Amino acid sequence: MIRLENLTKVFDTPKGAVVAADHINMEVPSGEICILLGPSGCGKTTTLKMINRIIRPTSGKVFIDNQDTTSLDTQTLRRNIGYVIQQIGLFPNMTIEENITIVPRLLGWNAKKYKERARELMHMIALEPDAFLKRYPSELSGGQQQRIGVARALAADPPVMLMDEPFGAIDPINRAVIQDEFIKMQKELKKTIMFVSHDIDEAIKMGDRIAIFRDGHLVQYATPDELLAAPQDNFVESFLGEDRALKRLNLIKVQDVINSEVETVTQQDSMETALSRIDRSGYQHAIIMVNEQRQPTGIIPRSVAQVSKGRCHDHAQQVPAIVNINDDLRKAVSLMLANDITWLPCVDDNNQLCGHITQRAMTHHLGARFRAQSGNTAPTAPLTEE
Amino acid sequence: MEWIQYAISNIDVLITRTLEHIALVGLAVGIATLTGVPIGIAITKNERLAKNVLYLASIIVTIPSIALFGIMIPVLSIIGHGIGYVPAVIAVLLYSQLPIIRNTYTAINNVDPALREAARGIGMSQNQRLQKVEIPLAIPIIMAGVRTAVVLNIGVMAIAAYIGAGGLGTFISRGISQSDPRQLVLGAIAVSLLAVIVDYALLYLQKRLTPKGMTTLPAAD
Repeated sequence: MIRLENLTKVFDTPKGAVVAADHINMEVPSGEICILLGPSGCGKTTTLKMINRIIRPTSGKVFIDNQDTTSLDTQTLRRNIGYVIQQIGLFPNMTIEENITIVPRLLGWNAKKYKERARELMHMIALEPDAFLKRYPSELSGGQQQRIGVARALAADPPVMLMDEPFGAIDPINRAVIQDEFIKMQKELKKTIMFVSHDIDEAIKMGDRIAIFRDGHLVQYATPDELLAAPQDNFVESFLGEDRALKRLNLIKVQDVINSEVETVTQQDSMETALSRIDRSGYQHAIIMVNEQRQPTGIIPRSVAQVSKGRCHDHAQQVPAIVNINDDLRKAVSLMLANDITWLPCVDDNNQLCGHITQRAMTHHLGARFRAQSGNTAPTAPLTEE
Repeated sequence: MEWIQYAISNIDVLITRTLEHIALVGLAVGIATLTGVPIGIAITKNERLAKNVLYLASIIVTIPSIALFGIMIPVLSIIGHGIGYVPAVIAVLLYSQLPIIRNTYTAINNVDPALREAARGIGMSQNQRLQKVEIPLAIPIIMAGVRTAVVLNIGVMAIAAYIGAGGLGTFISRGISQSDPRQLVLGAIAVSLLAVIVDYALLYLQKRLTPKGMTTLPAAD
């Protein structure tokens, strides 16, 4: 857990005092990723760097796991906080092994223990230990270097990590891969992480919570879904972008919107049965045909059922698209648009039919949050008033 | 080409004086490295001090060597070393300060701020940062300063023959005073060759001392 209490930084510049961070109060629960988000110069990086005293706070306190860090000496504090920066900062004069074991070595681990740890870390970041440990940073690509940077920060297994735009300098394709790997890793490691970003999409993807900064103030601190559904003021709203409702599609899983009451036919059913079930359930378009394992094998369109006789098996058409219940709505919408359909069968990991999802249900689900907000049209944001 | 015959018939003298020359320059630049590198590191902590130290070192280099020897004669006479190798070594020591201090200062100051921040963020103390990161990264540039000092002072040491320091300059001074072109040319050529050879030797040493990871080409970002 990281808790900031009235954390403030005032820089003395030739033009006078500049308040880079003004009485920041926030708490990141253990095991969560908190993204500090905002335009440049908003105070997000200053806030992050005050936690490990790269920047000395003017006033205020930082608590880690309920311990006031003011009492810790700077080096002890930093060795217990993983730190990843955008420029990566691997030491070019050291091998990969020396780079990732530097904190354990500073902490006085014996050689056997830290060498073992190096191999463990390499497996964690999906790089082959034997191929990489003895090489130097300059021989690695940018993406590989940043993986090593993350491994170095994790080396002594600190409970807390600070990441300053860690994936900002990596090309978009590699960035997405590293983000996914990192999310996967975090699911096991459960570190408490503060993460600076200026990319709203990265924030929504990575963050359990997002803190929006502006002019040294913390404007809104909420979960990504809350933030997108109910931005506190015009600044947050414009920062999130006009397509913020679309961004929420990333956050909602198909299983949250699924209608599990779904009528089906089997391959042996007659077309009359199919038509009667379609009419009984009020389906506009078609009914799903399943096999013995309840796996969808085809659809019977309403128009076909009305004019054909015989067994369903002989008239079924191919299922245009199927979505997994663990996929997000973005994928579901994309499949609907690509296939020009308004509903999709949903399956679980065994490919068994679990229900269906419709455009109407999605719109309704997303709209529920907005409708709940519409009663309170003037959200107050006293912190941002100039 | 009479000087070649002269060199061959006096090969033992030539070797002795060459070794003498190397020993004098080596001793002086060696001491200069031991003082200049710590000074160069120390002044990175204080910009004003750095400016003053580098200014002083630059002034010293502008003093002609003959004048410097002249100034030192009365001073060192107090301890009975007005002439000979002592003032020669001191002069070279002083001349070497500028390239060594300046290169050390520049190299440490130019360490990538990101590396410095990473090292701080990891929890390294100031000494650990110097030892493990900043000095290893600065070595190629510090060594370049040492090379400059050595090459520069092989020439200065030749002039020190006039105050009885010995070395290859003795051939030159005698060649002039005895109107003997053979000794003059031999001295001049020997000093130049020595400078070139030592420079290459130090370049080799510089490459050996440069940390391994820094010799491979950096990956394109």
